[in-house]
Amino acid sequence: MTTDNSTLLDSRAMDRTLRRMAEEIVELNDGTADLIVVGIQRRGVQLADRIVRTIFEREHVSVPRGALDITLYRDDLQTVGPRPVVGPTDLPWNLDGKQVVIVDDVLYTGRTVRAALDELADFGRPSRVSLAVLVDRGGRELPIHADVVGKKITVDPRDRVDVFVEELDGRDAVVIVRTERA
Amino acid sequence: MTSALGKDLLDLESLTPDQIRLVLDTAVPFKEISERAIKKVPALRGQTIVNLFFEASTRTRISFEFAEKRLSADTVSIASSGSSVQKGETLVDTARNLEAMRIDMVVIRHGASGAARFLADRIESNVINAGDGTHEHPTQGLLDLLTLRDHFGSLEGLRVCIVGDVLHSRVARSNIWGLRKMGAEVAVCGPKSLLPYAIADFGVTVFPRVEEAIEWAQALNILRLQLERMHAGYIPSLREYNRVFGITRERLDRATRDVLILHPGPMNRGVEIDSDVADGPHSVILNQVTNGVAVRMAVLYLLAGGRPELAEAAKGGGER
Repeated sequence: MTTDNSTLLDSRAMDRTLRRMAEEIVELNDGTADLIVVGIQRRGVQLADRIVRTIFEREHVSVPRGALDITLYRDDLQTVGPRPVVGPTDLPWNLDGKQVVIVDDVLYTGRTVRAALDELADFGRPSRVSLAVLVDRGGRELPIHADVVGKKITVDPRDRVDVFVEELDGRDAVVIVRTERA
Repeated sequence: MTSALGKDLLDLESLTPDQIRLVLDTAVPFKEISERAIKKVPALRGQTIVNLFFEASTRTRISFEFAEKRLSADTVSIASSGSSVQKGETLVDTARNLEAMRIDMVVIRHGASGAARFLADRIESNVINAGDGTHEHPTQGLLDLLTLRDHFGSLEGLRVCIVGDVLHSRVARSNIWGLRKMGAEVAVCGPKSLLPYAIADFGVTVFPRVEEAIEWAQALNILRLQLERMHAGYIPSLREYNRVFGITRERLDRATRDVLILHPGPMNRGVEIDSDVADGPHSVILNQVTNGVAVRMAVLYLLAGGRPELAEAAKGGGER
């Protein structure tokens, strides 16, 4: 099926992009006070780790990093069926009054973020929630936008954007996978 | 409606090792939900579940109810006393009437072996067996597997002995099927009158003496002496049973290594298990109860999903 792949970000470009995103996150939240960075399972968690590391290098502050698995908050259990594996949610802090930044790899329809917002609400009432994504590929089905964007690009709905991270996939890259048109 | 587990969960005998692993792996993240301040996720919002309990039960019924509520399902629990069952309504009629009110799942406990299967064959809703006669109690088997896997890391090659009233025990049957499928070695130990006639056909070792069982096993699953099912003289007396087969501190102290203690409850303290064992450092009896909620959440979640005919329409909803 797959005929033509093109690399949107290679590992060095991805590293640069994440560093810039880290800076923008600090700027957006007026520093690091009360900041919590929360990655969406799975690849958002690794990206959140890198962002937290960069913030530490620049600001010498360790910002807490949480993880959110939104599987149980999806709106398609009845239709698509259970995901093969539900990942762990790890948010051992009270979120009341915190500045939460949700980190995900690709922003597409917005349904994942909608589910993440619902789940966050069950953990407290942050003073502010913002969204940082590595790739915004367009195609929103909900009124959701990202505050910090690594790379913005319009991708045909028939194509896929795959994000690879060293920790899980052995390499860093963002690849657009084009499917054969009938 | 077919899910990774099929339409129903009736027994562990018909599950594959991969299906059992899927339930256990799914249960792990569900444990965290019960630790949250708001112990609820919306996964089963709008689903209606009926708990149909024709036999007395506290732990299992409450555990299922918590599991259902923590997944946001709407639930109704019916006990046979105080329902139209007392007026002579048959099981199928009760279930069909419930289905006419548009329910999605039935959790059933019944005194007759095969009752869950009987119901599952006749109604469209998902059926979960919460114990049928002396046949199986699959969610108890699964929570025992999860508790053992939590402690030992793996079930492969693990030596587990089931002690006591195996004859009347649906827990024993589900444990034997589940453990053997996952590669554990299983033994049973108990008075001959309380072991099924063809027990060796299950592929288990039989220990006539409890001391040998303790020496061999890494974990003991101690069964409740089901006094309510014993209409004939299976054992001479409770005191004698305790003296010969009871799991006591002294017996465990004589063993060369520590043995993990499981009990499905409710316990007859001083009969099949002594209090200082039940409350001792190697007891995971309350972990079993905690895991029970998570395992039942996993089963409900896995059975609820997946209508292939609608899957196509929903494609593109996934974020890539």
